[in-house]
Amino acid sequence: MALNYYLLLAAFLFCTGIYGVLARKNAVLVLMSIELMLNAVNINLIAFSAFNRSVSGAVFALFVITIAAAEVGVGLAIVLLIYRNEHTADLDEVDELKG
Amino acid sequence: MVVQQIAFWIIAIAMALAAIGVVRSQNVVHSALYLVVVLAGAAAQFILVASEFVAWVQVLIYIGAIVILFLFGIMLTRAPMRSTESLDNSQRWAAAVVSLFLFGVLAALLIDAYGDKEIKLNDSLVAIGNTNVVGTEMFRNYLVPFEVVSLLLLAALIGAVVIARRD
Repeated sequence: MALNYYLLLAAFLFCTGIYGVLARKNAVLVLMSIELMLNAVNINLIAFSAFNRSVSGAVFALFVITIAAAEVGVGLAIVLLIYRNEHTADLDEVDELKG
Repeated sequence: MVVQQIAFWIIAIAMALAAIGVVRSQNVVHSALYLVVVLAGAAAQFILVASEFVAWVQVLIYIGAIVILFLFGIMLTRAPMRSTESLDNSQRWAAAVVSLFLFGVLAALLIDAYGDKEIKLNDSLVAIGNTNVVGTEMFRNYLVPFEVVSLLLLAALIGAVVIARRD
């Protein structure tokens, strides 16, 4: 199996995630797009782990999964706090720091 | 060999369509469900290269825990379920141009750098993906990072509780 198949699939998922981060208004949807990007990195790590016959790639993929879980927990807590204070999860309306 | 290729392309096309669904759907819950398809597809791709342990961790943590967290987040922020107003902002064409340009650059680079490389599917591949090998590697060579990550997870958990607490 060509290594490129995996890398191109991961690149596609990463770019889709970038589009989601840039184009979405809802904060929860932006976090979902970040998950797409982290998942693309995992596919790359596993593909290179299989290509190089090295277990380190799998271990790093596990670390990435753990960090993603921590990131979603803290991110959703922040979104919840914003929603409680501003009564919206819409990122275009959260502009308190704008001069 | 051919069977793996066919399975790869079926799963990859499903993942690509579901990923577009995640960023294009006008219903927040549908986006979360499309995300489940992408994550399950990634787990299936891991199984195709015999990384069974990471595949099952992906199913347990991503689909089992993170998607449930997203659904709770959608519920608690009362995200708009009906498509009365768009979920996209005004810069989506610029975002599409940026992501397409990045995909073009990445694809050209990857094809140039790894165009002739093959993942050889044989018994030595099976020997590096199982739980025994991954666990031995993690608790022998990556013990300190493992402990640091567990501390980080604890700190994130306490931080999330403190941030979201109502008082």
